[in-house]
Amino acid sequence: MDLVERALAGERLALARLLTQVENDTPAGRAALDRLFPRTGRAHLVGITGAPGTGKSSLANRLARAFRSLGDCSPARKVAVLAVDPSSPFTGGALLGDRLRMKDISGDPGVFIRSMASRGAVGGVARATAALASVLDAAGYDPIFIETVGAGQSEVEIVRLAHSVVVVDAPGLGDDIQAIKAGILEIADILVVNKADLPGAENTLRALENMLELAYPAGSAERRRPPLLRATATTGEGVEEIVRAILEHRAYLKETGGWQRREQDRLRREFEALLSAALVARWREQAGSRAVHELFARIASREVSPSQAAEEAVKKTMGCE
Amino acid sequence: MTDRKIRVLIAKPGLDGHDRGAKYIAQALRDAGMEVIYTGLRQSPEMIAEAALQEDVDVVGLSILSGAHMALVPRVLELLRANGQGNVKVFVGGIIPEEDIPALKQAGVVEVYGPGATSETIAAAIRSALPDDIVI
Ligand SMILES: Nc1nc2c(ncn2[C@@H]2O[C@H](COP(=O)(O)OP(=O)(O)OP(=O)(O)O)[C@@H](O)[C@H]2O)c(=O)[nH]1
Ligand SMILES: [Mg+2]
Repeated sequence: MDLVERALAGERLALARLLTQVENDTPAGRAALDRLFPRTGRAHLVGITGAPGTGKSSLANRLARAFRSLGDCSPARKVAVLAVDPSSPFTGGALLGDRLRMKDISGDPGVFIRSMASRGAVGGVARATAALASVLDAAGYDPIFIETVGAGQSEVEIVRLAHSVVVVDAPGLGDDIQAIKAGILEIADILVVNKADLPGAENTLRALENMLELAYPAGSAERRRPPLLRATATTGEGVEEIVRAILEHRAYLKETGGWQRREQDRLRREFEALLSAALVARWREQAGSRAVHELFARIASREVSPSQAAEEAVKKTMGCE
Repeated sequence: MTDRKIRVLIAKPGLDGHDRGAKYIAQALRDAGMEVIYTGLRQSPEMIAEAALQEDVDVVGLSILSGAHMALVPRVLELLRANGQGNVKVFVGGIIPEEDIPALKQAGVVEVYGPGATSETIAAAIRSALPDDIVI
């Protein structure tokens, strides 16, 4: 059996090695993704995002455990966590510390935790995060939690990647102004104020509640208003309610067609990105390096604009001229 | 484009309760361009082997100050092998009596470092212990 077959048969080391191939974008990894593709699209991808230190990893730990013992599936669900931490832009190295908070689930054979470095990508996840999630999806993990880099600002990518986004806030972070800046209300499907055991949690809750009132005025049902929940990840308090909210959001997406829409948008974007890369490569090949250089020189000397040059290149490559 | 990084698990087995050294080396290896998974205090050999498996690491670094290295280290090595990860390079750091080092190396440890070892030395040893196709 090869790596893909072994991973599909439930062999965890094979799965781990496959994830490495895919993360490193090797030829073997790309071939594996192609083979696994027909088996993907089943898992619920749940993003967990929020400012640094709000308790994302601690919550992922609790949520994964709760889903393991949910009792709505037999055999029990297999659950995965993908945890992204930033790579240093200077050395390319990374310190991946999310596992530190996931000790409860690290001995459970039905849970697979994988740490990822962002490897230069901005937006809270790595370029390969979606691909790693689809490998875990094909291997039968559902749900798959994706913890973003805790930058607190630009985690917009997670909206494209996940079906449901849980935004985690905590008291003492400068509250409402920061939340507005980060645009967290816009990306949240579920809002959680974690560290509810700490003083100030009530204030954070109230501030978010007020902002929700403004963003979703009573009577306007255009957009779904995200539930606002409180939790204490260290004790597990409130986790049950988050689990319920995640299941509800999944059901809501399935009912309203939102699930399919997100899926189609994601696949179309992926296809278009790959197509443009392939077309650029094809153009370079057909035009030849001399012509490519000449064209770049004409752009650099302001003889033609990039858009004029692109149009010219398309005409030539597509054989219309 | 292939983007291969050295992946290292830094773990602290046993019951001693401070991890300054382990954190220091984790940061130093990150600064050397490696991806370092840090799992914190009080890890059982089983937890360490399981993390090494899920993370598909190239290297495991064990930091031990408790004196229990002769029990813990061979157990980790044994579990790694049982999981099919006999190729993972294991390094040990901490307070290890000179006379125990040959036995640890005999068991499969690549190198043992005391408190005086520099991070440059350790990073270089990791690089030279790994096969050539892992570059950063
Ligand atoms: N008092 C209290 N502390 C908590 C709670 N949840 C998490 N913490 C603590 O907050 C700190 C950060 O928790 P993490 O789970 O690592 O937070 P994170 O958001 O994953 O952090 P980054 O990944 O670094 O952004 C740890 O010291 C946790 O023990 C909580 O509900 N109450
Ligand atoms: Mg975290």
